[in-house]
Amino acid sequence: MASSDADHAVWLRGIEKRFPGVIACAGAELRVRPGTIHALLGENGAGKTTMVNVLAGVYRPDGGEVWVNGQRRFFQSPADAIAAGVGMVYQEFRLVPTLTVAENIVLGSAPRLLRSAEIEERVAELSAAYGMAADPTRPVWQLSMGERQRVEILKALWRNASVLVMDEPTAVLTPGEAAELGAALRAMADDGRSVIYISHKLDQVVAFCDEATVLRQGKTVATVDDLQDVDLTELAELMVGSSEGGYVDRPPDLEAGPEVLSLQGVSALNDRGLPALVDINMTVHSHEIVGIVGVSGNGQKELAEVINGLRRPTQGRVTVKQQDVTDASPGDRYRLGLAYVPEDRLGVGLAPKMSVVDNSIVRSYRLQRRGLMLVMAKCVKFCQGLVERFGVRTGRLNDPIAGLSGGNLQRLLLGRELAEQPAVLVAAQPTRGLDVQGVAAIQSHLVDQRSEGVGVLLISEDLDELLALSDRLLVMYEGRVVSELAPDVTPRSVIGEAMAGQVRA
Amino acid sequence: MSEDALIGLFVATVQFGTLVFLAALGELIAERSGVLNLGVEGMMAMGAVSGFMVGLETGSPWAAFFAAAAVGALVGGFHALVSVVLGADQVVSGLALTIGGLGLAAYVGRNVVGERPETLFTDLGIAGLADIPWIGEIFFDQPPVVYLAVLLGLAVWFVLARTRLGLALRAAGESAPTTDTAGHSVMALRSGAVMVGGAFAGAAGSFLSLYMAPGWVEGTVAGRGWIAVALVIFGAWRPGRLALGALLFGFTLALQPRLQSFDIELLGVQLNSISPALLGILPFVLTVVVLVIISWRYRHRPSPAPAALGLPYRREER
Repeated sequence: MASSDADHAVWLRGIEKRFPGVIACAGAELRVRPGTIHALLGENGAGKTTMVNVLAGVYRPDGGEVWVNGQRRFFQSPADAIAAGVGMVYQEFRLVPTLTVAENIVLGSAPRLLRSAEIEERVAELSAAYGMAADPTRPVWQLSMGERQRVEILKALWRNASVLVMDEPTAVLTPGEAAELGAALRAMADDGRSVIYISHKLDQVVAFCDEATVLRQGKTVATVDDLQDVDLTELAELMVGSSEGGYVDRPPDLEAGPEVLSLQGVSALNDRGLPALVDINMTVHSHEIVGIVGVSGNGQKELAEVINGLRRPTQGRVTVKQQDVTDASPGDRYRLGLAYVPEDRLGVGLAPKMSVVDNSIVRSYRLQRRGLMLVMAKCVKFCQGLVERFGVRTGRLNDPIAGLSGGNLQRLLLGRELAEQPAVLVAAQPTRGLDVQGVAAIQSHLVDQRSEGVGVLLISEDLDELLALSDRLLVMYEGRVVSELAPDVTPRSVIGEAMAGQVRA
Repeated sequence: MSEDALIGLFVATVQFGTLVFLAALGELIAERSGVLNLGVEGMMAMGAVSGFMVGLETGSPWAAFFAAAAVGALVGGFHALVSVVLGADQVVSGLALTIGGLGLAAYVGRNVVGERPETLFTDLGIAGLADIPWIGEIFFDQPPVVYLAVLLGLAVWFVLARTRLGLALRAAGESAPTTDTAGHSVMALRSGAVMVGGAFAGAAGSFLSLYMAPGWVEGTVAGRGWIAVALVIFGAWRPGRLALGALLFGFTLALQPRLQSFDIELLGVQLNSISPALLGILPFVLTVVVLVIISWRYRHRPSPAPAALGLPYRREER
């Protein structure tokens, strides 16, 4: 075994890493040959990100060995890992928005004195060499997500990284950008560099990568030397273990009821003041789930915010139960019957440092009052009701809610929003990052609400989820609804084309 | 109003401007690295008293000036330890520094109240230029600290804009994880910035006790540290605008004690009828106005305030 050490660009051996209350890695193993693109697969929470953070010097492992290019390494900081040739592109980009492209690329390896023109010229040469266009003089906050990712890769190349780690690189890209990324990564591998590619999008993994390692619950459960020989479903099963997916059965057909939510000619700007929504028209009826499909960043976030009164539309009307709520506050909309499960569940949906009880009553505190005072016993009882009804696993109800796991946070949040029998539910990425059980629980609640007459607007990046649950699909591209499709009869290729803005007439 | 009184007003404007500029420049360095230090007032008091005592002892204003800077750096180091290394709340630690610094300065200096050192900073008549009417007296016959402050301002601008250190420092103030993963030590950058900032505040304090109001009494800093904190915002975290703001704030500080003697009418208002106390709040009013303008002008792009200002950073937190 020792003889093969030098053959590996990366060898992470028996990595263990614990966080308070969580074992992220329990003896996981990863070997990457030079000049290959290596997929690191696994469900959320399988330990993929922890593994690469150990490789990048961000985390120090509690056990195990790190070998890079045939040498054992003891990284004390990201600087050590960079010096050893490890370049990391994080899921949340590590870029300084106010600095220029060139400044971001040279940060950490700049000459003592900065001569902007000279640095910009060298950055331009580098980006040309790898076919990744990026204007070195522009500040990063003006760039699209795809461009920002190119800057991240150029940053690693600038330091001549021999190993490039990409954490979920295509989550923010359009299909076209993803293909470009694949080509750029291949060019790097042909250059003799290694790429570690974290993803759970199996089709892309097979298209881009040479070999794979599958993690589950912090352990390596399989390695694949040649991805071309392997069956996709087999890989999927390895990732999730014995259970079959997390998707509930398609709900029975129901007659749609009266209109409960409508948007008429709604336009809105994003945080940067650029158009995010353009002339959106849509309706949601009682007894139906309307799915919003699209690559993230095409206006989904702004759509949810406009509906819930967190963002002001520049044009158009929003109605709930056929009453105009365009100028109504979020609270008024809630009292009218609009419930909201936001994408950012811990932050927008729930207040991390407040207790489970306090978080559960912030919407319906009016019901727990006597005169001006909240009655604590009522609050606790209300919270216990939610906990039991929605199967939330929690510690003491007076502890901060941040201690709950993702699935339990989401159960409580959904329960709170449904407590006063809303007419409409807007759910943004409700199952993102949850384990299989959590996904199934949330999805079956959505289906139950539909049966009870709630109109659900489901915004999700998970196409399988949308196909399984939705009565109608609306495809968003660059702030517009570009087509409406029936989930059960539309081929995936057509949906994919619509997501990429290629709508067939 | 006499010509001399008017020249005196502008001479004092430059000196008050220098005072708040030096302290604000230090605060700017700390804030650009991501650390808010509300302890400027306390650091200035410690600089004022320690500089004054060293001046008494050695008779050398320069020795006193640098001793005050060293004490300021030390006090700043305390803020760095508490808020950067140990990750405590920067606002609380900074306020503690102001309250504690003022108290400690009063204690340390209790036996030198009313004394007067033999040598102070003297005005530096720059040959040829100092004789120009008006301009010469206002700009070219000032104590050396004024010119040093100008040089320091240029140096800070250069380091921030044109060096690797400055790039790293600005990055630390915008996004600590980015800076960390790029391979710079956020802790070292921020601690260093806070200590250098403390040195500037301490030095500014000694300029007060060794030149502007020679001597030591409790309360000699009189809120100028807070004006420096406001000036950083007024200057939109940029050294150049900071200098302009310093002259403006310096003017209001210089005008305050003189206002009563100005028997002139401006825009139908008798100047000596305006309360000096009202003038004292002018820097803060202007700062609030600038804050509002900034938040309006930058509504569609990143604000000039360092994005990570006030946020402690620990690497393995998730």
